Amino acid sequence: MYDVIIIGGGVVGSAAAYYLSQHDLKLLMLEAFNDVADGTTKANSAVIHAGYDPKPGSLMAKYNVEGSKLTRELAKKLDVPYVNDGSLVLAFSPEDLETLKELYDRGIANGVEQLKLLNYEETKDIEPGISENVYGSLYAGTSAVISPWEYCLALAETAVRNGMDLKLSNEVTGIRKNEDGSFTVTTVKGEYQGRYVINAAGIYADKVHEMIGQKEFTITPVRGQYFLLDKSQFPKARHTLFQCPSERGKGVAVTPTVHGNLIVGPDATRVNGEDLDTTADILSYVRETASLSIKDIDYQENIRNFSGLRARSDRGDFIIEESHSVPDFFNLAGMASPALSSAAAIGIAAREWVLSKHPYPKKEDYVDSRRKIRFKQLSDEEKNRIIKEDPAYGRIICRCETVTEGEIRATFKTPIPPRSIDAVKRRTNAGMGRCQGGFCGERVAMILKEELGLDYDEILQDREGTVVLEKKAKEDYGNV
Amino acid sequence: MYDLIIIGAGPAGLSAAVSAWQADLKSILLIERDRELGGILNQCIHNGFGLHLFKEELTGPEFAGRLIEMLKDTDVEVMSDTMVLDINGDHEVSLINTHGYQKVQGKAVILAMGCRERTRGAIAIPGSRGSGVYTAGTAQRYINMDGYLVGKRVVILGSGDIGLIMARRMTLEGAKVLACVEINPYSSGLQRNIKQCLEDFDIPLYLSHTITDIKGYPRVSQVVVSRVDEKFRPIPGTEMTFDCDTVLLSIGLIPENELSRAAGIVIDPRTKGPLVWENMETSIDGVFACGNVVQVHDLADNVAAEARKAAVAAARYVQDNQPHTGELTVKTAGNVTYTVPQRIHLPVTDKLVEISFRTNRVFGQCAVEVVDKDGNAVCRFKREYITPGELQKIAVPGKLLEGREEYLTVKVTEEQK
Repeated sequence: MYDVIIIGGGVVGSAAAYYLSQHDLKLLMLEAFNDVADGTTKANSAVIHAGYDPKPGSLMAKYNVEGSKLTRELAKKLDVPYVNDGSLVLAFSPEDLETLKELYDRGIANGVEQLKLLNYEETKDIEPGISENVYGSLYAGTSAVISPWEYCLALAETAVRNGMDLKLSNEVTGIRKNEDGSFTVTTVKGEYQGRYVINAAGIYADKVHEMIGQKEFTITPVRGQYFLLDKSQFPKARHTLFQCPSERGKGVAVTPTVHGNLIVGPDATRVNGEDLDTTADILSYVRETASLSIKDIDYQENIRNFSGLRARSDRGDFIIEESHSVPDFFNLAGMASPALSSAAAIGIAAREWVLSKHPYPKKEDYVDSRRKIRFKQLSDEEKNRIIKEDPAYGRIICRCETVTEGEIRATFKTPIPPRSIDAVKRRTNAGMGRCQGGFCGERVAMILKEELGLDYDEILQDREGTVVLEKKAKEDYGNV
Repeated sequence: MYDLIIIGAGPAGLSAAVSAWQADLKSILLIERDRELGGILNQCIHNGFGLHLFKEELTGPEFAGRLIEMLKDTDVEVMSDTMVLDINGDHEVSLINTHGYQKVQGKAVILAMGCRERTRGAIAIPGSRGSGVYTAGTAQRYINMDGYLVGKRVVILGSGDIGLIMARRMTLEGAKVLACVEINPYSSGLQRNIKQCLEDFDIPLYLSHTITDIKGYPRVSQVVVSRVDEKFRPIPGTEMTFDCDTVLLSIGLIPENELSRAAGIVIDPRTKGPLVWENMETSIDGVFACGNVVQVHDLADNVAAEARKAAVAAARYVQDNQPHTGELTVKTAGNVTYTVPQRIHLPVTDKLVEISFRTNRVFGQCAVEVVDKDGNAVCRFKREYITPGELQKIAVPGKLLEGREEYLTVKVTEEQK
């Protein structure tokens, strides 16, 4: 019997896990996919928002402002790439300037620090690449960018270090309440019993809740498509550049990433279920809309397109509450933007809720930090030292991102070892660069095969079913 | 201090090493990131290599083997499994391998890092994001180095040579290659590969077509192919659907110049390779470049020839560096997209100055003309057929360049019937 079962290993579930794992309780995380951080967490703008956007008094406003501050500290503690680059909301008309003033006032009401309204010249001074369409901007000094999947991984890994059980590839199929008030959660792999359940199932949060409760909210996946551009385009934006919301729509953002790339996107399109396709019409819309902010982005230097799904609730706000129809069942739902920015504060809220139910004491010993070897960032002396200790650090597997075999091998000894080529990418950056795994993908595949003892047809690109190799050479295919 | 450091031991680096030794450089370091020498040749197990250089038809590994054999008769120092992290203007090269991190310095440096494949992102192919989409070279590595096939029913996008070679290779392994789809109205591969890899296996080539959608998750299950207009826009109503589990991309190669860029070497945006002079010298004194890091070649034999030129020039630079008095810029006009070299040192010392270039359309009977800045013809070369898929070469007699100033222009004109 577990004390707490968390459903969903995205950044929100993992933040809850991080804080709960510091307490003396038996904790289980159930994740439908074969890795944590594999849903919305891995496909978004990677921005830690300052907090001027949500309406004052909303849960989004509260958790965003608190969460952003916590994220900065956690990133340091957990050794997660995080850059406080600041953001600008760009105005393109006199009316937009009015909207910026409203956003500014909202930010002040929400308690956001380091906000400033800038005119064109002041904007151009700090962001030289902006187009001449810009009238002015709202600067937010606390805005930052993060590696969202590393953030989530670090939170979940730390929870596992503190004793959490993590069951991957365990999609929840049913939940029932037992006579003693506890829950039995059924997954495709087995049954688990727990005292309290935290629902952090992202775009599936309504369905998971309705496995046992009444309909209290609806989640609609709202897809956003992106371009991820080569490092050559990174210098084109110094800040995260939003566009002023107007009758044109919410606009698309241009933002530097912590990895030294540039992201352009997203649009917002309601979709049915987990539709992660990219489409030609939206991609060209994204490109054209972004050109309003920065003109000379070279899309020949695009290295990847992707889509992410916002888990938008019909309440237009986060849902952070105990289910009205099921006691001891806590919903963390409607986790659309600014959920990444808010995750840490939401994690604390989840812990407070559990403690309000039962005062589990803090453990005497727990881990709340992590260190990671990033070969590329080591000094020459440190590089030499680590290669002496383990020659595998002297062999570069990913040329574009300078990732060594040592770093890749090391991930298999972490609390959440990778099970796919993309899982290795999320842990090491191998395959994230301009050749997109063209060179290293095969090498990573062979390391994965060896480390996990896989057969060739068990090597996965990402989730279950994304097989990479179909057949051995010289074997008969039959009719194809 | 080495006389010469060569970065990369594919066809360019190996040839450069052998040639530099023959040109009497005595301390040469050859650096290769892979465990074996030979670069991409090792996975090119098809024939067609060596016809010019060795006057016989070899496979890629055999071609590499010949060069490696020649290297064994030299005292060239080889560091394999070694990655260069950085080069600077003082010819200092920092590298790592399993022995550690170190810096070495050369009087001259030859860049021979080759190229990489363009990926799905480069042309933003929309659709689902499951597995089953590979660059042709990656699929080639899986089958020829590891012994695994990436899929059973294949559509190839792009008609670059690796894609064509893989069409045949996968067919021979029992896969069904349904189509090769090329957005241009002409193939970007060699004529001989179109014949031997597609036509001989009845694989249809769809010119002026492209993939407009990829469907299926977790694995590709279908692609949609559409005809495109002259501006490469898909024409609605022309969609064809193929049931397949694999898409191979053969949509172009990009010279790998991250090291060069970081070193401050001037890159030609058209070739994406270093801007070079006729002796393959880059914008940094004593740093030379050759092979696919400069421009994408069709044949390893041509890479070897270019490498020899770089090696001879590097040797001359180390042994007896004669200052140049000026230079000519090589400009392009008409349908010529670029030239290599982009500059020619003055005074011209070579008997023949070779200029290679590509066009952006097919020509029948035509003439390649070189004119000087006043519009005077320098020389003229007749050609029966020119296609963008095949690198063109002319050799301009050095004598004809005497007294020319500022720039030359290379252009192709249709022959009047």
